[in-house]
Amino acid sequence: MSSVTPGELPDSEGKGKSPRHEWPLWEVFIRGQHGLNHRHVGSLHAPDAEMAIKNARDVYTRRNEGVSIWVVESRHISATAPGEKGPLFEPSESKIYRHPTFYDIPDDVGHM
Amino acid sequence: MYAQMVKSTGKGVTPREEMSDEERAFQDRVDADIKIEPRDWMPEGYRKTLIRQIGQHAHSEIVGQLPEGNWITRAPTLERKMILLAKVQDEAGHGLYLYAAAETLGITRDDMTEQLLSGKMKYSSIFNYPTLTWADMGAVGWLVDGAAIMNQVPLQRTSYGPYSRAMIRICKEESFHQRQGYDIMMKMAQGSEAQKRMAQDALNRFWYPSLMMFGPSDAESVHSAQSMAWKIKMNTNDELRQKFVDQTVPQAEFLGLTVPDENLKWNEDRGHYDFSQPDWDEFFNVLKGNGPCNAERLSARQKAWDEGQWVRDGLLAHARKSAARKVAAE
Ligand SMILES: [Fe+2]
Ligand SMILES: [Fe+2]
Ligand SMILES: [Fe+2]
Repeated sequence: MSSVTPGELPDSEGKGKSPRHEWPLWEVFIRGQHGLNHRHVGSLHAPDAEMAIKNARDVYTRRNEGVSIWVVESRHISATAPGEKGPLFEPSESKIYRHPTFYDIPDDVGHM
Repeated sequence: MYAQMVKSTGKGVTPREEMSDEERAFQDRVDADIKIEPRDWMPEGYRKTLIRQIGQHAHSEIVGQLPEGNWITRAPTLERKMILLAKVQDEAGHGLYLYAAAETLGITRDDMTEQLLSGKMKYSSIFNYPTLTWADMGAVGWLVDGAAIMNQVPLQRTSYGPYSRAMIRICKEESFHQRQGYDIMMKMAQGSEAQKRMAQDALNRFWYPSLMMFGPSDAESVHSAQSMAWKIKMNTNDELRQKFVDQTVPQAEFLGLTVPDENLKWNEDRGHYDFSQPDWDEFFNVLKGNGPCNAERLSARQKAWDEGQWVRDGLLAHARKSAARKVAAE
């Protein structure tokens, strides 16, 4: 699983038929035991937050995957548009001086 | 496989010169192993083929619970019962991951369920065979999950992001499935004469249906060529079937069981086993709905869908009421 993928929202143009009485879609985030951030692990349908958490526990933490669960109804997530990828993320590509490897430090200096 | 004979556009691969700019940019991304995400532009054929393929895969995970569910109440020990229950529960999860991946392509869960029930969408032929004895639980885990793994491992690299992520999750859980199956087979094969006979009988009945899981040879198929260009299919059916046979035969030998194929022989030149093809007429007949358990499987799904209606409705009504109460209180 990669990190949060807000792209995985129901298609807003609604290419499929409209859901009749489907329970809303929730995105599930889990924090593991080792102190890392909550991470997006998948989604599920549930009538409300309480059931979403119960279902997430049953589906996504059957093998000690986590000690904390967040659920967010998918429609509440705002995401960048795929078309904005260039203008948003390219400016950081050219700024190689933001990385430690940009700087040559002589071996004699020791570990830095 | 869990997805068998998935049709794509039927036109074969479009030559690069004839592609639109969008199509060409899309194909370049696929070729460069950049994942395609739900809101990215994609050819309509890619979207439709993926819905069919992922949907069929999801349905297979769900229907696949039925032959094993058959033995949960009759497992020989409490430990075996807990293991089988956990395995079947995993399959429900696999269905969920895959339905969620398909939903990102713009089809709803209910639509998929209805298309399964109406027969418009398929599930793997393998689940239309009955599980007659406890040894079948061994054969299913060992052979059926084993064949599924063959297909799912390369699909972790598929071009569609949500599908790839679902596959990665599923593969993590699958090796337990195959090992618990093989563990049952070992117990049976090392047991009494009667147990050995049951193990051999299970292998006899599940061998060819397992080979059918990969689908008929698709070396000439335009559908497969397109799917492979799109990286939603990573290997030909024959490649995967050969890999499965090569891996499984020594495992059968270890058990002291005989693979029911007189033509099975190691081919030194090819570096592979030669083996007999399954009966493809039987395969097409099962796909058409005439397998031993097709009617039973679909009616079990129909029953679960119908009898769950009041639960779905009730919980939705409850959720709406409590949401309204919350708004009123604010
Ligand atoms: Fe599975
Ligand atoms: Fe399975
Ligand atoms: Fe499995």
